[in-house]
Amino acid sequence: MTTTAPAAAKVPAALRRQRRRRNLRTLAFLSPWLIGFSVFFAYPLGATVYYSFTRYDLINPPVWVGMRNWNYVLNDYPPLWQALRNTLWLVVVMVTLRVIFGLGLGMLAIRLKRGGGLFRTLSYLPYLAPPVAATIGFAFLLNPGTGPVNHLLGNVGMPQPGWFNDPDWSKPALTLLALWGIGDLLVIFTASLLDVPREQYEAAELDGVGPWQRFRYVTWPAITPVVLFAVVTGVIQTMQYYTQAMVAGKVASGIIGNSGQSFEPGYPQGTTLTLPQLVYEEGFSTFNTGAACVISLLLFVIAMAFTFLLLRRRSGLLDDD
Amino acid sequence: MHRLPRLRRSITTLACAATLAMLASACAGDDGGSGTGADEAPDKKVTITFWHGWSAESEVKAVDDLVAKFNAKHPNIKVKVVSNVTDDKITQGIRSGKGPDVVSSFTTDNVGQFCTSGSWTDLAPWLAKSNIDPAATFPKPVLDYTQFQGKRCALPLLADSYGLYYNKDMFAAAGITAPPKTFTELTETAKKLNQLNGDGTFKVAGFLPTFHAYEFSAAHTLAQFGPTYQTPDGKSNLSKDPVVPQFFNWQKQFVESQGGFDKLEKFRTTFGEEFSAENPFMSGKLAMTMDGEWRTAMLAQDAPNLNYGTAPFPVPDDQLDKYGRSYLTGTTVGIAKSSHHQAAAWEFVKFVTTDTEAMVAFSQAIHNVPSTNAALAASPLANDEHFKPFIDAFKHPASNTTPASPNGGKYQVTLSEYAYKWEAGQGGDLTKSLADLDKQIDTDVAQVK
Repeated sequence: MTTTAPAAAKVPAALRRQRRRRNLRTLAFLSPWLIGFSVFFAYPLGATVYYSFTRYDLINPPVWVGMRNWNYVLNDYPPLWQALRNTLWLVVVMVTLRVIFGLGLGMLAIRLKRGGGLFRTLSYLPYLAPPVAATIGFAFLLNPGTGPVNHLLGNVGMPQPGWFNDPDWSKPALTLLALWGIGDLLVIFTASLLDVPREQYEAAELDGVGPWQRFRYVTWPAITPVVLFAVVTGVIQTMQYYTQAMVAGKVASGIIGNSGQSFEPGYPQGTTLTLPQLVYEEGFSTFNTGAACVISLLLFVIAMAFTFLLLRRRSGLLDDD
Repeated sequence: MHRLPRLRRSITTLACAATLAMLASACAGDDGGSGTGADEAPDKKVTITFWHGWSAESEVKAVDDLVAKFNAKHPNIKVKVVSNVTDDKITQGIRSGKGPDVVSSFTTDNVGQFCTSGSWTDLAPWLAKSNIDPAATFPKPVLDYTQFQGKRCALPLLADSYGLYYNKDMFAAAGITAPPKTFTELTETAKKLNQLNGDGTFKVAGFLPTFHAYEFSAAHTLAQFGPTYQTPDGKSNLSKDPVVPQFFNWQKQFVESQGGFDKLEKFRTTFGEEFSAENPFMSGKLAMTMDGEWRTAMLAQDAPNLNYGTAPFPVPDDQLDKYGRSYLTGTTVGIAKSSHHQAAAWEFVKFVTTDTEAMVAFSQAIHNVPSTNAALAASPLANDEHFKPFIDAFKHPASNTTPASPNGGKYQVTLSEYAYKWEAGQGGDLTKSLADLDKQIDTDVAQVK
């Protein structure tokens, strides 16, 4: 039969075309993500790694300098360690307090018999305030000399902290600001608390358990994925903490940074210095882009390490079954 | 449960996205641009862009008036003006290849970086082409701070000097007849002028000698001692210059004599913004202050009834022969590397920096010191009772400035950060700390070379 061979060859060719069409179709559907990933994720990461091994002043072409930037940042750059200490403080204290405060407000919100909507609205509103405006507002409220908070504290005979002007109080003041803008966590915690099956509470009540046991054995297992989400995103946000720390430092120090008038990032005395501030200072104030890229990569590695650590330790929070 | 793996993937993706998004901001783009326009015909119709840092309404108007004068002489060159621009924006603008033609910076700190990177073009060929002798046209201090290691990438566009502002009514009430000339006199005068509330806090401070007190910064004040920041080979010289520890010890004693750091800092937090009508000298919270010559215009506008005087800022007791000196700085102007109309840009730069009539009018409008010899001689401000000390300080042979560095003003930030620790009592051993500062500054400079 002379037709057998061409027919056999024709079938695989049609199949190949079909497969190719399917692959192209799949690629077309994936292309928005692929383009976005390449342009906004893969290229910046690759460029950052490359520039971290170069001397680059943003104007002239980068020049390969090997490990020089890494040696400089890790061995001869004291602000890095100060910023890391501050970041660790903020991660431990600010993130923890935000989760506890957000969860507490969420529980209060779902228990209110009357005015729950108003309470949720008023609690959420501060989250909508632009960070710069909110920080300036807090800097004025907490001004040690003229602010109403210290005025009130003084009137009731309590100590009047220096807040953003005092190295011991600057991070607690930033934490207060973060707690004020708790609206994001309030929303997700309220939603997750409302999602806990009512019948489990009813069963627990029939068994005569108290409020703490009810929270520990009914509420907590149901909301732990959301708590984990809040912690992980909170850690990442804190790693990228920039605007509030920078604005509070500028407003409280009174120094805007004219010639011969050097603004001190992290005022007072470096206690609000964070890694993104160092990235900006090195990259755009001293034109040391290579070092800025090293700090960016360290920030990336630390954020990823925190994330994986939290997820690997999930067994303490979540049931796998 | 399948929620966890999905959640984990989502969270990991979110972590990557959030972190990488920030990384993206640090490194991207190229300088672009082609064709400098250096050979364009003088009468060719072009539009150039001028970026400057002035932002107050009166200052912006003064710049617009200056541009109008230029346009009257060069009708073929249209100047598009952009105000309130910082050095960071300038660098990014030049880098984009679509930035300004003419750039100006409020600080002399970054001239070193502008010159070494080439982001501001070399003006020497243009000066030669226009037969302008810089040494004969500009006073030496402004010539020094507008070049770096022999490369002139900037020219001065007005200048600033610093002096002592004092409240004449408070002086009279305290029986003081003349402003202090030495630091000992300054300390004694400040003590006499202090006014306290019932609880011991300041109602009025004679002087506030902490480094966050606006213009009383480490760099401005150290200038009164005549420091040598760098050795001839460009190394940091803080630990080897005897006036530096002298300066720190004097400031510490002054702070203590005024009631101590905590008390002064608490009073400082009651101050209004430096460049507002609530400035502490203008609102009567300070009897004396260090400030620049521009304050005279602000006082005339916002505190016309304040009875004040100006004088040179005091000097160390053992340098009385240098009385009249000051820290000098000023606005710098240059041509951006990315400019495609450099011939027209040079015409504009030449006009604003060397046209005597235009400079005199501009300096009068914003109360800055004229930055050419001819404009200094012609300026009516030299006869202004309040302004004269600043012009004299600008001409004083012992006045000085902070030298340019390849990494901008980073060495000043390093010095200031130590000064803030020092005044708070956390400076440690001064000799060792200054040696550490030198090492850090040299390391930072080597890093960008």
